[in-house]
Amino acid sequence: MSKSIAIPTLDQFVYGVCPKPITTARGLELGTGTVFPEVNFTLPTMNINEETWTQVVAQYTEMIDDVIRRAIELEVPQLLIEFETLPEMTIRPEWALKINRLLADKLIAAQEASGMKTALRFTPNDIREFSRPPIMRSGKYWDSMLETFAKAGEAGADFLSIESTGGKELCDEALMNADLPGVVFALGVLGCRDMEFLWKHMVDACKANGVIPAGDSACGFANTAMVLADKKMIPKVFAAVVRVATVPRTLVAVEQGAVGPCKDCAYEGIYIKAITGTPISLEGKSAACAHLSPIGNIASAVCDCWSNESVQNVQLLSGKAPEVSVEQLAYDCRLMNTAAASSPEDALRLRDWLVDSDSALDPQAYVLRPDVVLRISEKIMQEETAYGRTRAAVAAAIDELRKGAESKAYRLEEREESWLDMMEMAIEDDIPETEAEMIAQQVPLVDAAKCDLREYGIK
Amino acid sequence: MAKNEELFNAIIKGKRKDVTALVQADVDAGASVEGILMDSMIPAMREIGDRFSRNEVYVPEMLIAARAMQAGLDIVEPLLADTGHEPIAKVAIGTVKGDLHDIGKNLVAMMLKGAGYEVTDLGVDCDISKYEEAVNDGTQVLLLSALLTTTMPAMKEVTEHFKDSDVKILVGGAPITQEYADEIGADGYAGDANQAVGAVEKVLA
Repeated sequence: MSKSIAIPTLDQFVYGVCPKPITTARGLELGTGTVFPEVNFTLPTMNINEETWTQVVAQYTEMIDDVIRRAIELEVPQLLIEFETLPEMTIRPEWALKINRLLADKLIAAQEASGMKTALRFTPNDIREFSRPPIMRSGKYWDSMLETFAKAGEAGADFLSIESTGGKELCDEALMNADLPGVVFALGVLGCRDMEFLWKHMVDACKANGVIPAGDSACGFANTAMVLADKKMIPKVFAAVVRVATVPRTLVAVEQGAVGPCKDCAYEGIYIKAITGTPISLEGKSAACAHLSPIGNIASAVCDCWSNESVQNVQLLSGKAPEVSVEQLAYDCRLMNTAAASSPEDALRLRDWLVDSDSALDPQAYVLRPDVVLRISEKIMQEETAYGRTRAAVAAAIDELRKGAESKAYRLEEREESWLDMMEMAIEDDIPETEAEMIAQQVPLVDAAKCDLREYGIK
Repeated sequence: MAKNEELFNAIIKGKRKDVTALVQADVDAGASVEGILMDSMIPAMREIGDRFSRNEVYVPEMLIAARAMQAGLDIVEPLLADTGHEPIAKVAIGTVKGDLHDIGKNLVAMMLKGAGYEVTDLGVDCDISKYEEAVNDGTQVLLLSALLTTTMPAMKEVTEHFKDSDVKILVGGAPITQEYADEIGADGYAGDANQAVGAVEKVLA
């Protein structure tokens, strides 16, 4: 991969446009000038089994019908639906594929009837972690995943994504202990190795079946950190560094052939867009139905699709939650597109308002500022290995956070100051320069009951 | 106020070596082992839990304190066994069937152990047989954890399964509420790890 990043200047880094846009088979365009909604919906609290299967189908039918109807009523020009499976449906691929086919057929019919461009993102679960320790490269769970990848095309998927979890079995404990070397090992060694393995298979399956390999998300790493920080369990400044540390890992998917859009919950996608020029989906304030966050506005600043993350099919005062969700997204997109249609300067102005409204309040927002993203991305790409890039990402993030704190560009709470100091010391003293040294350091610390390093090619 | 303030503070600050030295010194001086545990060590863990609830410390600091506590327990526990000391009660915690989330569960387990309970960690993706095994082994309180709305129904199944038993059932996890606990007939609910200690005390009272 080139050491130069695809978007080198701020005036090129904005929502709706990217250097490497995508057009699907049915004509939906990402990154060619307008932002449009990506809607994900899910079941209300219920069991999924043979007995409830007809209810499951009825729920998805209602959700897709409601969302399509409201999108057309609001004159949404393009609509991306994400079908993110529940674990039971990936364990039994025929369930996932049936629902996928149902949704795909509805979207195709809607496009034919209304002209609204539609597409379907299929996101099976990474169920390898159901084995403890996780078995990453073989076994029944991997076989089920491979089956879903292989049949995604015939089931109507336009895009294939996943939220993979390689390394999470160690990262969770590292997060709870604010153990930065542990995080770097989990992400920069294990995570990156697993991404290379997983995405080679996913891209091969996509090529064989006419599906676009979209992208991954470090949700189980950085969003876990974000939620823990929101609950005041770990420092925000630590969660901010974890966010940036996930960039090289998610980048591996693109190196293997993913072309976008990155998963909506991949806030590191902002970095992926800067580095690779591929389009991204993101979520923020209109994903509050799924999770709260300190980055509700800034997340939309450079998005190409705007998502709700996921919403349950429950009744609200106005209507069912999925149709409410598509309305919220539609209005967000309408505003962004109106500004962009007015002038490039107006788009940049709105971008900057979205950024400035969040970035001073929380370090996790600060590291998503487009200017900060470009500076850190440049430093990441000076390294050639995934581990090197992860170490560079962490060092650059800490450096930016220190400078930002000193210039009061963002709010660093008093009790967080010592954590920034500790991370600076960790980079100098505890995070080796080479992957081999990091492996030598961490391997003796790994509990084999939690993580089998052989599954990551480490003996 | 803790009987041994120095030990109390060493645990809170996570000073493992100091804790080891102080506990050993107390033991060597003939202090009651039960007293060392109940009057200084457990109060220290409760204090760190309270500081976490007040947003004065983060989880990493609680974990550092817990490791320091464990250093002291490594000396005290074998001696307690000799005196016939019983833990306050036997509890078991597990994430329900179909759910793999365990961060919250691990924290609750740590806090309960620090509070003087004998804790069995059943892991994740627990079917009813795992909880049955724990109850057959003398567990008095089952703690069920779930993070997904689609795995919440498993809590109801476990609660119904044990409805005619003496075991108490507590539930917790991000989507769980007191209302849900009441709806499924659980004995209690806890919103975080520190609350879990109080919730266990309440159901055993």
